[in-house]
Amino acid sequence: MPALTHYLVLSALLFCLGLFAVVTRRNGVAILMGIELMLNAANVNLVAFNKFAAPGAMQGQVFALIVITLAACEAAVGLALVLAAYRSLETVYVDEINVMKW
Amino acid sequence: MTWADLSLIAPELALAAAACAALLQDAWATGPALESRSRGPAAAWIALGGVCAALLLLGVRPAGAAQVGFAGMYVRDGITRVVDLAALAAAGLGVMLSPPYLERFRLPAGEYHALLLLSTAGAMLMGASRNLVLLFLGLEMLSFPLYVLAALARRSRRSQEAGLKYLLLGAFATAFFVYGVALVYGASGTADLSRLGRAPDVPLLHAGVAFLVIGLGFEAALVPFHAWAPDVYEGAPMPATAFMSVIAKVGAFAGLLRLFPQALPQLAPAWGQMLAAIAVATMILGNLAALAQSNVKRLLAYSGVAHAGYILIGIASGGPAGSSAVLYYLLVYVAMNLGAFGVLLLLERRGEEADRVEDLAGLLGRAPWAAVVLAACMVSLAGLPPTAGFIAKLYLFRAALQDHRVALALVGALTSVVSVYYYLRVASVALSAGAADAVAVRHSRFAGVGLALAAAGVLWLGIVPGAITALVQQAVQALR
Amino acid sequence: MRAAILIPLFPLAGWVVNGLLGDRWGRRAVAWVACGTVVAAFAVSLAVLARLLALPPGARSAAVVLYEWIGTGSVRAPLGLLVDPLSVALALVVSGVGALIHIYSVGYMAGDEHIARYFAYLNLFMASMLWLVLAGNLVAMFIGWEGVGLCSYLLIAFWFTRPPAAAAGVKAFLVTRLGDVGFLLGIFLAFAVFGTTDFTAMARAAGSRLPLGGPAATALALLLFLGATGKSAQLPLYVWLPDAMEGPTPVSALIHAATMVTAGVYMIVRMHAVYLRAPLALDVVAIVGAATAIFAAAAALAEPDLKRVLAYSTISQLGYMFLGVGVGAWSDGIFHLTSHAFFKALLFLAAGAVMHALGGETDMRRMGGLAGRLPATAGAFAVGALALAGIWPFAGFFSKEAILSDAFRAGRVWLWAVALAAAGLTALYIARAFALVFVLPPGEGSAGPAGCREGDAPRAAGHRGLAPGAEVADPPPVMRWPMGALALLTLLGGALGWSAARPGVLARWLGPLLAPGALRSSEGTHGSEAALAAAGLAVAVAGIVLVWLVYVRRALRVRSQAVQTVLAHRFYVEDFYAAAVVAPVRAVARWAGGFDRAVIDGAVVGLARAIGGGGAVLRRLQSGYLRHYAALALVGVLALLAYWMWR
Repeated sequence: MPALTHYLVLSALLFCLGLFAVVTRRNGVAILMGIELMLNAANVNLVAFNKFAAPGAMQGQVFALIVITLAACEAAVGLALVLAAYRSLETVYVDEINVMKW
Repeated sequence: MTWADLSLIAPELALAAAACAALLQDAWATGPALESRSRGPAAAWIALGGVCAALLLLGVRPAGAAQVGFAGMYVRDGITRVVDLAALAAAGLGVMLSPPYLERFRLPAGEYHALLLLSTAGAMLMGASRNLVLLFLGLEMLSFPLYVLAALARRSRRSQEAGLKYLLLGAFATAFFVYGVALVYGASGTADLSRLGRAPDVPLLHAGVAFLVIGLGFEAALVPFHAWAPDVYEGAPMPATAFMSVIAKVGAFAGLLRLFPQALPQLAPAWGQMLAAIAVATMILGNLAALAQSNVKRLLAYSGVAHAGYILIGIASGGPAGSSAVLYYLLVYVAMNLGAFGVLLLLERRGEEADRVEDLAGLLGRAPWAAVVLAACMVSLAGLPPTAGFIAKLYLFRAALQDHRVALALVGALTSVVSVYYYLRVASVALSAGAADAVAVRHSRFAGVGLALAAAGVLWLGIVPGAITALVQQAVQALR
Repeated sequence: MRAAILIPLFPLAGWVVNGLLGDRWGRRAVAWVACGTVVAAFAVSLAVLARLLALPPGARSAAVVLYEWIGTGSVRAPLGLLVDPLSVALALVVSGVGALIHIYSVGYMAGDEHIARYFAYLNLFMASMLWLVLAGNLVAMFIGWEGVGLCSYLLIAFWFTRPPAAAAGVKAFLVTRLGDVGFLLGIFLAFAVFGTTDFTAMARAAGSRLPLGGPAATALALLLFLGATGKSAQLPLYVWLPDAMEGPTPVSALIHAATMVTAGVYMIVRMHAVYLRAPLALDVVAIVGAATAIFAAAAALAEPDLKRVLAYSTISQLGYMFLGVGVGAWSDGIFHLTSHAFFKALLFLAAGAVMHALGGETDMRRMGGLAGRLPATAGAFAVGALALAGIWPFAGFFSKEAILSDAFRAGRVWLWAVALAAAGLTALYIARAFALVFVLPPGEGSAGPAGCREGDAPRAAGHRGLAPGAEVADPPPVMRWPMGALALLTLLGGALGWSAARPGVLARWLGPLLAPGALRSSEGTHGSEAALAAAGLAVAVAGIVLVWLVYVRRALRVRSQAVQTVLAHRFYVEDFYAAAVVAPVRAVARWAGGFDRAVIDGAVVGLARAIGGGGAVLRRLQSGYLRHYAALALVGVLALLAYWMWR
């Protein structure tokens, strides 16, 4: 039977993997995927906390559902924007998107 | 969900309905109507109607005790009232100032107005949240439309770049926020803000609070989460820049207000120090970087960063004094920043946005009213009397001194001295007699009324602030 | 008393009307509106004066509260006026001199196409200045304080197409803003100490809230004085005033001589109850004043530009005023403020008439011998110069002697000696200016009695200012009459402060307000007073005679080669000043200029230079690369986490 700590460590690892992806990936879509990983890490946490720390109510699980929904919205908006950017900038590599600075 | 709950969020519902109407109106138009010029104003009128309806619904509700709905997640109290007022003012001015620009640059008016209204509703939800889940929902509802607004100019490379940068960094910050919510929930067993005050003082809670700051600090453009602001402000179409520059601040600071002074007073010494450090860094960096800008949009972006630092003074000082100063500053900021952007929206340089400082030269000769409004807004942004910016800063610094944060007030006073230079440079160029040949001024009655309202706000809040200060004082009664 | 609100409202209305409609109206309408509103303000001031005179001396103070301006919690400040002898006296001076200068401007600016903008700014300035002197509390005063600064900036940079004018405007604004930080912090401190910034309330509570010589009193007094040094161009924040001469000359007369720059003196007198609790701060005021008086007078001696001579002279005279208030002679400070407003405005207007006649020339080395061709102007300048030098019976004599004797009797003999020396220098530089402009033949100024200094010779030969035989005439009546009126005031102004039995009219008028607790021991007898006056007069006369001998008569011809050489170099005075005064002045100016270029010219490079490597770091932060932004945010995350873990 895994304990709370196991879930927390899993979630932290997942979060850091997502973080790593965001900071190192050049492809806009890959960055979005990294962000999804981070959100899912939070979901794991929410569900685990709901089970171990506040078992009475369902708040954590409901929140996880809300986060999943919003993550889907985010993916939709994100992919649409990446697509739109690809049309005019002709790239999805964020290193090449650098008109405005300083 | 009951009728009582629904009537609580009536202003938000009115905005959402108006947003749907604006979108449908867009869908209705087919064939030649798509290219006709009448399309823009129709959507603008619908949006304006929605804002007015929301204001009315806000007004008819008695300003009595706080009402709670949606199983304790949503609260309508004095703070909600002021935040709603600020958000609706931002939306109303945003709608009124943009038609000439949308028309000239052929931006999709229906989508623009729908997104604007939805974003406003998001900011209002943040101001009304009594639960971390609702705060998160409001944050997402505020920021998604803004990402799209930034990328609204489909053919502009800069706009696309702005949208992409805003989206990726915003989602990144949101991920931290969600993780923070999870940690706070785990530490306290609840996501209810009104019960966080009784949470045990454990490291898990601290880490969670730190993560929450990142999500909100990104939206507010606090250093070091500000980096998106200059690029996005510069690249986004100017009406979107104008609107997001104020609505994001309204939402983010409403959230910070709900989170820190209201929900976590027991940790005040700890977060007070953290926020004070962030405020100092934000004020210094924002003002120094703004000094070097020659693009007005970018200048106002850094100015927005600097002002985020000033407003954070109020949050860091906490208590009724700090909180009421924050609310007052938000109202003032909406009026003065949109007034400044509103003047820029009237200008056009050879089919492009006139966003360089020198494009303003000779404005006094061609559009004296606009030049005077711009000058008044700049003076107010610089925090000089008798404009609203002065009173707002006075309250903030006073709150800091009351909380014995002398260094904070001192840095605020010194950096606002620096800021005078770059604001007045813009004002003096606009008031000078030279002429930027390539720049055309478009006159629009709709935008003119908007500008007049913004300028009236700047002067009214500066010269006769009594009514509004009473309102914000009343709003923070509960914090005492 | 509520009518007093009309005093600033009239010029404000003039600003609104001229600002909005001025471009569509003719020049005459603009001029009538501008002058009319200021004259109306003067008339209302007179009416208020009459109302005050009808009251018994003890009851001549009325607070006019318009409404509760800032009213939350512990921060309270009504927007209101304080009508009392001091504010009414100042309002009379400001609106009176202002009205004369407005009228003069009609002639001076007759050829300028932006006359509507000019008068709109000038009216806005009058409104701000009158608001400043009538304001009932520090916060309300700050509105006027910032307002006059803003107008000063706008008017200095009025001819903004000339780069020096634009730069000077910015410099003036920034340097005075440095002082304003002090003022603002002073306001906060006053709130903290008194809970209010109302002048009467503070004066009443000063005794109980501020321990004598305590840190609170000293800090408050010094912070406010910092504001005053910026606004009134005292050491070390004086650098903006000489450059401010880039503005039109009537502006220099009104803002940079008669009114705005004296706001610091007025503020200290207004806050004298606080200063009385801080003897240390008062000493600082007096020392800074005396040092500024002699330093600026010395700088004026080596200056070739007529307007800049007058600018340094203003700085020096403001030093006298601060010396006066620094030794607790409040009413004498105001007396000198008043008489200085008369004679310095007169000098500036006369200088403006000279420039008007010479097509804008201000270099004295290209003038000369104008007395015959500009008799009225020369007469006016002479009256002003004699008053400035402190010659009986002009107003300047009485007010300056009053301050000198105050300093002496307050036991500050050193300061008195410095001020006396400065008085000698004053006579020297103003007589030199008069000689160069009006008496000596053209081109003579640069050439010494026995041969000119090398560097100046070619410039003197190729002078453009005064072509021989060019049409040079006195200004039109619209400019001459204000000069005449000011000359009359300069002649009669001494009566305000001097009467057979001191205290004079002004001191008795201000008496009920200022008398309680004045520092000064008034044990001086008539005899010693006469001796002091004689000393001052002697120094002034000696200065004038010296200039006459050296510059005009060249009478001290001695056979000895050595003396010849000394005379040729005018006692090496100018060389000495070039080394001892001008170099430091230039150094400060260079420093300020570097400040200008670095921070103010605000280019990317400038910013980088100003904050060292910081600019480069900032630039690297804002690289435009999304991943860098994410990494920056990550650094922030780690910092926050670290803070919470190890706090």
